Amino acid sequence: MMVRHVSIPAALVALLLLVAAHVGAVRPAHAASAPSPQRILAIGGAVTETLYALGLEDRVVAVDTSSTYPPRALAEKPNVGYLRALSPEGVLSVGPDLIIALDGAGPPDAVKVLKSAAIPFETLPEARDEAGVLASIRRIAELAGVPERGEVLAREVAADFAALSALRARITAPRSAVFVLSASGAAPVVGGAGTGAQAMFDLAGVTNAMAGLKGYKPAVGEAVLGADPYAIVLMKDQNHSVSDEAVRAMPAFAGTSAIQAGRLYRMDGGYLLSFGPRTPQAARDLAALLYPELALPPLPAHAANAAATPRPPATP
Amino acid sequence: MAVASLAPVRAPRSRRASLALALCASLVVLACLASLAIGPVTIAPGRIIDILVAALAGERASGAALREAVIVLDVRLPRTLLGLLVGGGIALAGAVTQGIFRNPLADPGLIGISNGAALAAAAWIVAGSHLALYLPPALADVGLPLMAFGGALIGTVTLYAISTREGRTSVVTMLFAGIAIAALAAAGTGLLVFAASDQQLRDFTFWSFGSLSGATWPKVVAALPFMALLALICTRLARALDALALGEAEAFHVGIDVQRAKWLAILGIAAGAGASVAVAGVIGFVGLVVPHLIRLVVGPSHRLLLPCAALLGGALLLGADVVARTVVSPAELPLGIVTAGVGAPFFLWLLLRRRAALMG
Repeated sequence: MMVRHVSIPAALVALLLLVAAHVGAVRPAHAASAPSPQRILAIGGAVTETLYALGLEDRVVAVDTSSTYPPRALAEKPNVGYLRALSPEGVLSVGPDLIIALDGAGPPDAVKVLKSAAIPFETLPEARDEAGVLASIRRIAELAGVPERGEVLAREVAADFAALSALRARITAPRSAVFVLSASGAAPVVGGAGTGAQAMFDLAGVTNAMAGLKGYKPAVGEAVLGADPYAIVLMKDQNHSVSDEAVRAMPAFAGTSAIQAGRLYRMDGGYLLSFGPRTPQAARDLAALLYPELALPPLPAHAANAAATPRPPATP
Repeated sequence: MAVASLAPVRAPRSRRASLALALCASLVVLACLASLAIGPVTIAPGRIIDILVAALAGERASGAALREAVIVLDVRLPRTLLGLLVGGGIALAGAVTQGIFRNPLADPGLIGISNGAALAAAAWIVAGSHLALYLPPALADVGLPLMAFGGALIGTVTLYAISTREGRTSVVTMLFAGIAIAALAAAGTGLLVFAASDQQLRDFTFWSFGSLSGATWPKVVAALPFMALLALICTRLARALDALALGEAEAFHVGIDVQRAKWLAILGIAAGAGASVAVAGVIGFVGLVVPHLIRLVVGPSHRLLLPCAALLGGALLLGADVVARTVVSPAELPLGIVTAGVGAPFFLWLLLRRRAALMG
C-alpha cells in the first residue's frame, strides 16, 4: 500500500520531467525552423483590428462576424460566422495555418476537432484595460511571427493610454451614464458591473449609473430613475432600429436628467467595446461627449489607426 | 379517426410497402453520400473512399493528407451518422407520439416535450458548468444528454398523466396541457437565461437553434443507445399502435396490454426527443411532417410507417444539414432554421391539400 502511494506521484513527477525535457529539447529547434504563419484566421473584432494595425492584412485569410473594423475586413475576407458558433469544416475550408480567437470561441467540440486537425488554435483573454490591450497586441504579434512590430504598436497604444490618462485627470466631477445594449423589448438591456461597457466607462472617467447590476440585464425602471444618469449611451450600428424618440419614451428613462437635457449619445459598438488598439481613442471620444466643456483634444493619430487608412494599391 | 382518413385504401399493399421501404432506404443512401461528399471543402470522391478504406485498415494520415482525413473522419462521418440518428429518432418519436395520442397533430416539439428537454439542457449549460468542475470528466461529457433525456421524460410523463383519466386520453386536454407545459418550461428557461452570464446566454441561444456542427464521435456514441432503445420499442409497439388507432377498448379486446404500450411509448418518445435535443438542439418540424408524409404514401399501418419514418427522417435531416453548411459557407446556418423554414410551408401545403381532399 505504502509503496503504491509513493510510486504513483513519483511516476507522475518522472513523467512530467520527461515531458518537460522533451518539450524543452524540441521547442528551440521548432521555433527556429517554423515559418511564421501566412494564413491567419482572426476570430474576434479586436484580433482582426490588431492584425490590420500590425500591417498583416494580407495574411488574414478569414474573419468572424464581429470583425467590423476596418470595414473592408468583412467586405473582402470570407466570414466564418459568429465566434461562438464556428463550423469545423467551414474553418478548415479557408485553410488557416493559425487561428487566433478571443476567449469564448466555440462550440468546444468544433475547437476540439480543429485541434485534432493540427491547426494551432490560440485563445486570447478578453482585454478590459490598458494592460490587457497591450498584452493582446504583443501576443498577437508574437503568434504572427512579428514581435518587433508588436512592440512598436504596443508602445504607441501605451502612449495613447498615457495621453488618455492625462485627459482623464482633467475631469474633476465625474458624471454618470447608463449604457444601453439593446432596447427592442419592453425593458432596455443595460450594462452593469463586469461588462465591457463598465470597463469603457472607467477608461473615459465616467461613472456607471447601473453598476449595481451584474452583466447585461434588463433595466429596472426605478433603479435607473433613482440613479438619474447624466447621459445615455447607445450603440450606433446595432441599435439604429430603436429611434431616439423610442428611447425617450421608455418609462425607465423618461424622467432622467439625461432625457430632459437631450443627452442621448450614440457610438459605434465595435469601436466602443472591442478593446483593441483604438480603445484609448474610443474612451477619449466618449469622454468628449460627456464633458464637452473641457474641450478634450483628440489623441494623436499614428500606426494604431493605420488600419483605417485605405489599402495601398498592390505593387506588381 | 383522423389518422385513418389520411390514408386511402390502396392495393396491393405488400408490393407498395416494399417499394416505399426501398425508396426510403435509397434516399438514405443518397443523403449519406451527399453528406460525405458535399461541404465547404472540396474533396474528390475517390479521396474520400481512400480515406475511409485507410481508416478501416487502421491507418492514420499525417502531413498534408491530415486535413482531408480529419474532415472526412472527424467532421463529416460523425456528422452523417449523428444526422441519421437524430433525424430518424425525431421522426420516430413523432410517429409514436401521434400514434399513442391518436392525433396526427401531436409532436414532441408542439406539446412541450422538447421544451422540457430544452429547460433541462439550459439548466445544465448555466449550472452544470460549475458542477462539471466537481464531476469526473466522463460524467461531465454526458451530463447534457442525460439532463435533456430526463427533461423530456418528465415532460412526457407529466403530459400523459394530466391528459389521461381512467385509462382514457383526452386529446383536447393533451394539447392544452402541452401548451401549459411548454409555457412553464419556457418560463423556467427564461429564468435561467436571466441568471446566465453573457457567454452562457450566447451558448444557449446558438444551441437552441439546433445544429449538427458540434457532431463528434462521443456524441454519436452517446446518442446511439437512446435511439437503439427507441427503435427496439418501436418493433414491439407497431401492432399495439395499429390496434390503438381503433380505440383503447378495441385494442384491449384484441389482446393489447394498453397500459404497457403507453408506458413503452412514453419511454421511447423521451429517449428519441430527449437525446436528439441533447446532441443537436431543438430541430423543428421533422417529427411532425415526416410521419404525415409517410402516412400519405404507405397508409397508417405502423409496421411500415415506423421504419419508413425513421429512414425518411434521417435522409431529410441530412439533406437539410447539407444545405445548412453549404449555403453561407464558410459560416453555417443553424439547422433548426432550415428544417422549420422548409418544414413549416410544407406543412401548410399539406393542410391545404388535405382540406381540399376532404371538401372535394
